Amino acid sequence: MIAEATTHSTPRPGAGDHSGKARPGGAMAAGEDSSVSVRDLDIAFGAHKVIAGLDLEISPGEFLVLLGPSGCGKSTLLNAIAGLLDISDGEIWIDGKNVTWAEPKDRGIGMVFQSYALYPRMSVEKNLSFGLRIAGLPKSEIEARVKRVADLLQLDGLMRRRPSELSGGQRQRVAIGRALVRNVDVFLFDEPLSNLDAKLRNELRVEIKKLHQRLGNTMIYVTHDQVEAMTLADRIAVMRGGVIQQLGAPKDIYRRPVNRFVAGFIGSPGMNFFDGALRSGADGPAAELGDVRVPLSRYDFARPPKADGAVVFGIRPEHIGLGEVPEGHFACEGTVDLVEAMGADTIVWTSLAGAPLTIRTDGETEIRPGETIRFSFDPANACVFDTATDLRL
Amino acid sequence: MSIDATSSREPPKGASALAFRSGSADDRATPSRHRERSATRGRKPRRLTIGRIGLYGFVAVAAAFFLLPAVVMVLTSLKTMPEIREGSIFALPESFDLTAWIKAWSSACTGLDCEGIRVGFWNSVVITVPSTIASIAAGAILGYALSFWRVKGADVLFAILLLGAFLPYQIFLYPMVRAFSMVGLYNTLACIVIVHVIFGLPIMTLIFRNFYAGLPVELFNAARVDGGGFFRIFWNVMLPMSTPILIVAAILQITNIWNDFILGLVFAGRENLPMTVQLNNVVNSTYGEREYNLNMAATILTAAVPLLVYFVSGRWFVRGIAAGAVKG
Ligand SMILES: Nc1ncnc2c1ncn2[C@@H]1O[C@H](COP(=O)(O)OP(=O)(O)OP(=O)(O)O)[C@@H](O)[C@H]1O
Ligand SMILES: [Mg+2]
Repeated sequence: MIAEATTHSTPRPGAGDHSGKARPGGAMAAGEDSSVSVRDLDIAFGAHKVIAGLDLEISPGEFLVLLGPSGCGKSTLLNAIAGLLDISDGEIWIDGKNVTWAEPKDRGIGMVFQSYALYPRMSVEKNLSFGLRIAGLPKSEIEARVKRVADLLQLDGLMRRRPSELSGGQRQRVAIGRALVRNVDVFLFDEPLSNLDAKLRNELRVEIKKLHQRLGNTMIYVTHDQVEAMTLADRIAVMRGGVIQQLGAPKDIYRRPVNRFVAGFIGSPGMNFFDGALRSGADGPAAELGDVRVPLSRYDFARPPKADGAVVFGIRPEHIGLGEVPEGHFACEGTVDLVEAMGADTIVWTSLAGAPLTIRTDGETEIRPGETIRFSFDPANACVFDTATDLRL
Repeated sequence: MSIDATSSREPPKGASALAFRSGSADDRATPSRHRERSATRGRKPRRLTIGRIGLYGFVAVAAAFFLLPAVVMVLTSLKTMPEIREGSIFALPESFDLTAWIKAWSSACTGLDCEGIRVGFWNSVVITVPSTIASIAAGAILGYALSFWRVKGADVLFAILLLGAFLPYQIFLYPMVRAFSMVGLYNTLACIVIVHVIFGLPIMTLIFRNFYAGLPVELFNAARVDGGGFFRIFWNVMLPMSTPILIVAAILQITNIWNDFILGLVFAGRENLPMTVQLNNVVNSTYGEREYNLNMAATILTAAVPLLVYFVSGRWFVRGIAAGAVKG
């Protein structure tokens, strides 16, 4: 695990010690004010280790998004928190209780699954009340809770229908409702919107955001859609290969990605990368990309740079401007290879130091392929990564 | 769900399965223009090729091979004994005489008793109903446990069970007779029911496990979060989705158990001998003249239950098998 790379915004005592399995008693206090706390979690399927030594603290009422490419262990982590699979090592605490070995129903969680997982032979009403009936709640209480959720999610007209008679969006609302009726503090959402079309996804995303603002529950939300992640999250945990690469506010992750993977994963179209070397000169450090020299005196180094080291220089398409060059910006010229009009935006493809470069500009642009354009960016917006470690400098 | 998916793969009504399969290959070869036309006008009559004639010829011969004996049986059962002695076996009966049927049902001699094979019929009912229900219940629960509850050693258990399905059961007969004698159950109704459940378990577990393995695990997880326990999830979530496979299992077990001879003979005891054993006694009773009409009637009566089951549920059977096969 890249210990230095992880920016815990709720630092724990002894957080630096990631290798130690036995934790000193003092560390137990760490999760006390957390809603969900995952400590040194190991999960393996047979010999295949999916998650190793993962730590995560989530505060009450927080909206945490787990973001990462397919197969990185997001669902596995969520299922472990829900108690749906056996963990190899570590602890899981929810609301100050150690629930590592508790049954899913006793953990105080509600869960929404990617495939909805509605009970096909039960009406919407029965789907919503199934858990409450198992718990043996009195009839009046069940009715009241189901009614409240039905009002909240506008399911009133659908209560008698079977899941097969609902649209995708309605099914997803029922699935969310089934989590809500449980009156729990922690909700786990596993890619709840990934089966829906783009329009419905946007609508439901807004609904989920509103719902969270209204209820104030802790939310752990898995997605590999970065728009969902950026818009919904209080904090995002970017995962790769079962390891949290970076944990932080969406803005931080966007502006100051800790490594090249996170930088490339967030943003669409993705960040432009160029291989180069770091040189120090009279005017401070600079990145040398082939025959182009980008001065980095305005760049905020996270750690003191090694001179003459190989680096990867990254700049986001939306941070590159066309036309007038503001004070202190780096400017260069290039030939336009391709223009992609996307409606609101246009993506212009050109090149810098022999490597392709995309520029995101407004939808009104008149640029044509073959033209020579002058573009510029603020080096303060760039990201410089050490080639050897991929970490941001 | 898979059941819907398979139903769309079913041949259109009125087209035999064989004709359909070769037909769809033709469809793929014809240009789409032709296909459009045939879609609006219905199926285009196909030219008779040598291959097609051969195919129909083969189907006709196969059908005759299975149907002729049945026809002869029905005809013979409706004749009187003098008629049988003198006429050809294919000749139509002079008058439709039901005496043989009545005698077979209510007064044919099975050994010393002469109460017809209705005794055997009711014995078979009494054996088949609880055996079918119990073996399906056991197989369904076991299949569900093996596919959703990740028990340690589940795969080993399943492998052993499968092995059991492929071993010839004759080798178990004697040990089981000894075991049942020791606990005092030998030659009772309970004994034969238990035997049928045991021998039905491997195949029942197999088909239910394959069916449940095809259901999304998220459904099970959702029920777990909702607080469902082992039996609650089985009863309220899994069983209501299992109709197609339940029908397959019921058909398999009803026909197997009804048609069983050796287990009934060995384990049921004189009081509970099933219809198949009684039929054998009727046919093989040695004194006097062989009453072919009575034997035929008794045989048809014995075969009636499985036949009825197939006729009523054949469509479901094919669908359920397909669902199970695709899932596996
Ligand atoms: N039951 C299992 N047995 C073996 N390996 C598994 C099992 N479940 C998941 N894995 C493996 O664990 C890894 C993580 O899977 P997981 O489902 O958590 O990914 P994910 O991040 O949710 O991906 P996606 O975005 O595609 O849903 C994958 O490499 C997967 O192959
Ligand atoms: Mg997943």
